[in-house]
Parts: sequence; C-alpha cells; structure tokens
Amino acid sequence: MKEILSGNEAIARGAFEAGCRVASAYPGTPSTEILETITRYRDINSSWAPNEKVALEVAIGASFGGARALVCMKHVGVNVAADPLFTASYTGVKAGLVLVAADDPEMHSSQNEQDSRNYARFAKVPMLEPGDSQECSEFTRLAFDLSEQFDTPVMLRSCTRISHGKSIVELGERRNDLPPPRLVKDAAKLVMLPGNAKVRHPLVEERTVKVSAFGDTAAFNRMELRSSEIGVICAGVTYQYVREALPEASVLKLGMVWPLPENLIRQFAAAVDQLFVVEELDPFIEEQVKALGIATRGKELIPRCGELSPGRIRDSFATAGVIVVPKVVTVAPEALPPRPPNMCPGCPHRGLFYQLNRANAYVTGDIGCYTLGFMPPLNAMDTCVCMGASISIGSGIVRALPAEEQKRVVAVIGDSTFLHTGVNSLMEMAWNRAPATVVILDNRITAMTGRQENPASGFTLNGEPASEVNIPELCRVLGIKNVRLVDPYDLEATRQALDEEMNRPEPSVIVTNRPCCLIKGGGRFEKGMVLEVDQGRCTGCKACLRIGCPAIEWKPDPEGNTGKAFIDPSLCTGCTVCQQLCRFSAIGGKR
Amino acid sequence: MSYAVTNILLVGVGGQGILLASEILSEAFMLAGFEVKKSEIHGMSQRGGSVVSHVRFGSQVLSPVVPEGEGDLLFGFELLETYRALPLLKPGAKVVVNDYRIPPPSVLLGQVPYPDDLLARIRSRFPEVLPVDGQGLAQAAGDLRAANTVLLGAVSRRLSIADEVWRQALERMLPRKALEINLQAFAKGRTL
Ligand SMILES: Cc1ncc(C[n+]2csc(CCOP(=O)(O)OP(=O)(O)O)c2C)c(N)n1
Repeated sequence: MKEILSGNEAIARGAFEAGCRVASAYPGTPSTEILETITRYRDINSSWAPNEKVALEVAIGASFGGARALVCMKHVGVNVAADPLFTASYTGVKAGLVLVAADDPEMHSSQNEQDSRNYARFAKVPMLEPGDSQECSEFTRLAFDLSEQFDTPVMLRSCTRISHGKSIVELGERRNDLPPPRLVKDAAKLVMLPGNAKVRHPLVEERTVKVSAFGDTAAFNRMELRSSEIGVICAGVTYQYVREALPEASVLKLGMVWPLPENLIRQFAAAVDQLFVVEELDPFIEEQVKALGIATRGKELIPRCGELSPGRIRDSFATAGVIVVPKVVTVAPEALPPRPPNMCPGCPHRGLFYQLNRANAYVTGDIGCYTLGFMPPLNAMDTCVCMGASISIGSGIVRALPAEEQKRVVAVIGDSTFLHTGVNSLMEMAWNRAPATVVILDNRITAMTGRQENPASGFTLNGEPASEVNIPELCRVLGIKNVRLVDPYDLEATRQALDEEMNRPEPSVIVTNRPCCLIKGGGRFEKGMVLEVDQGRCTGCKACLRIGCPAIEWKPDPEGNTGKAFIDPSLCTGCTVCQQLCRFSAIGGKR
Repeated sequence: MSYAVTNILLVGVGGQGILLASEILSEAFMLAGFEVKKSEIHGMSQRGGSVVSHVRFGSQVLSPVVPEGEGDLLFGFELLETYRALPLLKPGAKVVVNDYRIPPPSVLLGQVPYPDDLLARIRSRFPEVLPVDGQGLAQAAGDLRAANTVLLGAVSRRLSIADEVWRQALERMLPRKALEINLQAFAKGRTL
C-alpha cells in the first residue's frame, strides 16, 4: 500500500516496521511529529521525556534490555544529549538503538543552525541521511539493522525540508522475528570504568573502519554516472536540489554521511573531470574528501549559511563560471508590511510582558512562545541563548552588577523549559543567593512546539492521566523562600507582584497560573466573554494597542477624525487585559 | 528540464487551513497516478505568521521546494500574502486568490495602512488572476468554514484532473460529517 507521508511520519513508520519497541523524545521543531505519530502504534512504548539527555538514556536503557529503541530530537537537543551519546558509542548496544537528529538549516524555528553531522564524527557513530519520505522509512529500518550488525548507536539526520516535506511511501509489515527482550549481565561491555572503556575504545576505532568499508559497496551509497564533465557528491535533500539544478551532472549520492566510503569516493573522483561537493551548512564531506588527497571544490562556491535550493545551487555554479544559465525575468520582491508570528489572542503571556516592559525590567529570556515577548510593542526581552539559560544567566548577571541595577533583572521561563533544564539553574540561584527574580510562565503545556504534554501538565504523550509536578512546591524545595502565584490576566496583581519581588534583595519566584488558550480538552482553558469596543466611548487613545493583541485593530476615521479601536469577535477570547487598560470604560462584554 | 512537473504554491496566514488544502491537493495528484511532493514550514507558522506551502506533481519530482520563479499556479488565501508571493511565480502563471484581507501587526497598530489595490496590482503582472469571494460563497453553501474548499474547487478547474479523483481525495481527507457541505462548496468553486 502507498501513502503520502511526511518525513517524520515515515521515520515513525520505519521504526514500527523495524520492530522498534520503545521510543522516547523531547519535542523540538522539526522533529516533534515523529513521536506524535509513533503513539498511534500501540506496539511501541512511547513517551515524552523532560529533556533530550533523559530521552536518550531511556532509549539506551531499552536497548540494554534487548528492545529496539528510538530517540528523537531537534539538532540543539543533541547538545543536551551529548554526554550519554559519546559513551553509548563505547558500550554499543544490546538491540538496535537509533537517534534521530533533525537539523534546521535557515533557522525556520531555531536559535542556531548547527550541523549535526559533526556529532556523528565526534561521537564516532554512523549517520544516515535520507533524501525523501520513502528513504526516511527505509533508512530508519536500515539504521536499526546496522546498529545491531556493528554494535553501535546509529544516528539518522533529517532536516526541516525532509521532516516536514511529504512524499509517497510504500508501507510494509512490522517485523516479528526479533528476539524477546531480557536481562543479560555484560558488565565488561556496559560498565564504562576506565579499565573497561580502554578495551572498548579500540573497538570503536575499528568499527569506524569496518563501517566505512561496508559503505563502499552498500546500496545506500550510489553512483549515478551521466556526463563526466561535472561530478557532484551530495546527500539527503541536497541530492534532490542538485539533480534539479544540474540534470546532466554525474552524482555520488551518499546515504551514509559518516563514516564516508573512501574507495567509492576515489572511484567517483576518477570518473569525472571536475569534482564538487554540494552540502548544506558545514564543509563536512568536503573536508574529508580533501583529507583523502582528492581535489574538490565546495564551499568556495556554495553558501555555508542557510538552506540550499535548486536556484541557489544553479546560481553558485553560474557565478563560479562552471555553467551558464539563461537569465529569467521574474517579479522583483518589494517592501511590504511583514507578518511575523505573534502571541495568540488571549495568550496568558501577554499581560506579564506588558508589565515587565512598564517595570523597566532587564529580562533574561528563554525559549518558548513567550520569546515573542521580544517583539514590539511588548519589547520585553533582553537575552535568549538556549533552553534553561534564563535563570542561570540572570543569576550570573546580577553578580556582575551594582546593587541598584540588580533588582531590574528578571528571568522568564516556561513550564516545559523550566522542567527541561531550568531546575538545576534555580537550584544554583537559591544555593548561591543570587538576588534575581524568576517568573515561571506555567501555561500547563509545551505550547511552542504544538502543545505537547510535560511533567507538570497532568497527562502523558498518549493522553493518559499522569502525576503532576507541583511547580511552586518544587521551587520551595530547591531553597527559594519567596514563591508566589499570580494571575497574568490581572494586570494590577501582576504589576504588584513584579514590583515587590524585584525590590526584594533575595531570590524569588513568581509562577503564573493561566493555561494556554489553545489547549483543547482536559478542562484547562475556558474562554471568557467576547469583548467589544463601545464606539461612542472610545476616544482613540490607543492604550489598548500597547499589548499587541491580534484581535484589536485600529481603524482610521474616513472623515479624518480620530480613529477608533475595534475588536474582532471571531478572535477575542475574553481575557480582559485590554479592558483593564481602557481608562474610558469603552471595552465591555458583547451583548 | 527533461521531465514535466507542475508547481503549485499555497500562501496565506497561519491558522487559515492551508496545510489541509495542500494535503487534499497532494492526495488528488497521488490518486491520479502522479508522483507528488509537498513542503512547508510548521512551527512558527501556527502563530499568525505568513505561510507558504509548496506542492509539486508530475511523472518525476525531485526537490520538495518549488524553485524561485518557477511557480505555475498560485493559490492565495489572503490578498497581501498572495501579492508577497508573486516573485515565486514564472511569467504567465495563474493566480486564484481569495478576495479577503487579514491585517498584519503594523496595520492593526495603525502604523501603516493595508496596501491599496492589491488585486489590480496582481492583475497587472499576472493577467490570469481569478479573485474568489471564498467567504461569501461558503456562506451561501451553508458553512463559512468551507471557504477553503470553495477556493480549492476554483483551483481544481485549472488542473486537468477528473471530477471523480477530486471527490475521492475529499472523501479521504475530510471527516465524514463535514463531507457533504464541503462537496457542495467544492462544486461551487469548480464552476468559477
Ligand atoms: C534543547 C532544545 N530542545 C527543544 C527545543 C524546542 N523548543 C523550543 S521552546 C520549547 C518548549 C516551550 O515550552 P514552554 O517552556 O512550556 O513555553 P510555552 O511555549 O508553552 O510558552 C521547545 C520544546 C529547543 N529550542 N532546544
């Protein structure tokens, strides 16, 4: 049977067909839908973990127990999971272990565009890179097989265009011939003390040599000889771009991007007149080819930053004088009002950021929907580095400051991010008595990545009721004496809480308690009464526009008098934040 | 190019249902026996930002993304976003546009006006533009939420795929209780 699947759905399908038994992940664009698809396969025990390190360790444990295991994360998640990854490379596996890393060239929704291939080389584990959904399914199955064949974790690298691109996939059956999981003591392999690790390390080095040789003849690395004038080495989605940009060129399509098949590369180089490597982001393959003593060109013409496309590749080759392309006339882009993403109408983050701005706070931010508090007109974020960093950066910054400036420092962090890597940071802040203020925006969900459950939300990935971390209690247990709850829809209470806690020369935490307005089910979010602007009372003062709510529109008066505000009833959720800003009582419930 | 591929771009604002429309299109092309690839960016697009979805079909499709300047058909859910996407099209491309405005933040805040005359400006570059009152026609068909399906019907007329295939694609992609109203909305659009 054939179906149109996204790369992420196809990876999930591949894992199912491969007989995978356990899957763990922390959400992150563009990887999130892999686990959201896997939960539909009831033969696989799937769950969210609080962060990527924990997710990988859960998968390593399942593999040690003899079950094929999958773990998925976005590229920056591999940074968090790097510690177990590097040593799991030494222990190897008891059953197939596959780590999916989804890169985001162009940073469609990420804070950097690191190239995960470097991790494969650094951790000395093989890495496959699929070029469409069909290959996502095939390579996932292959990755499990290679993992067992060579006793190693295997990485599968995707990217936004592969994970979120859709194409046709041939569906297969689930394997049921795998040995059942069971405990087998094997301490020399699984206890990585120096004595044991010293034995394992040379095996890891030999393994890389063996896998490279295997790649010389494996079908996943494929030479397509066309014209001998131009030869291009490429992999993944870039293969598709190259084929489209340079249809006559010979191509070496690598299915495995680490370790590289040395002999095959030599063979290909000998078959073409000019050799090129075309790859997104780092010159990863290019440097290895050059290290083999083979002359090639790559990043001297291909951009290092951002995504590639057939057009960019064609232009790069044309600019370098390798090919000639006819000029096509298209419409030139012109400056238009931009449409950036915005906090939703009724978002509980909005009121808090409005008050942070008014309080002249220096806000050490974090990653989530609330990062949009950076945008005008809220303009209330000053730093954002990586998940969990808001609290520790706030804790560090107050140490650098004179006393009168310390009180301006407020760290903001979401519930999911706090539980991901913020807890350690708060422990540090309490322990070392850094006098910053922390706001935990508890909207009861991981909203940014599409509303996934988290350890404080009360449900699991499969929608089953679960234990709930009590965030205020957790903060107290970590050593914070001043912990208070505030309703972020109540502007005055929010202002007062910020004012008091910012002026307190001790660490303190404010937890907001309004759920995300997009949560469906669980009785978490309830819509209020839709509001409207009384046109007779509206003076056109624009105070209600200062929160940047997409439901409120300023309409100029056609006769040239003062314009007025309007509320779109189809968007308003009745949060009342704008109503509290109106000094003329012009905003009220719709009759 | 040595093979024929048709490039469709769907553009609009996050939350307008562009993903579902591009999914129905893709399903129809697969059912009609073509290779099909589609691509779009999730994530930030959910929060009211600009959305572009690429759908390509033909005997062989390589890149999932439509190369710049090679779009054959633009399916616009909102005027400003449709205008913004014109540089993606090839000369002579067809445009089906929902005659509908969603003000972007700078317009909501009263800083700039919503650009004037967008329809005329689109027509001056791409004479084969069809404006559709998606919302109005959907209301007439009995459900405002079927606006996208009206538009899809209008788009379908510009693609040579049989009625029966479209019907099958809609049946497969829509919930049963919404099917009847959407089939009507589709039929309305298909006459345009
Ligand atoms: C290491 C890492 N993993 C995952 C992500 C993707 N990501 C960005 S924000 C976020 C969670 C946001 O949830 P929360 O903190 O609850 O804030 P909300 O979006 O709900 O406001 C995730 C998973 C990331 N940027 N970095």
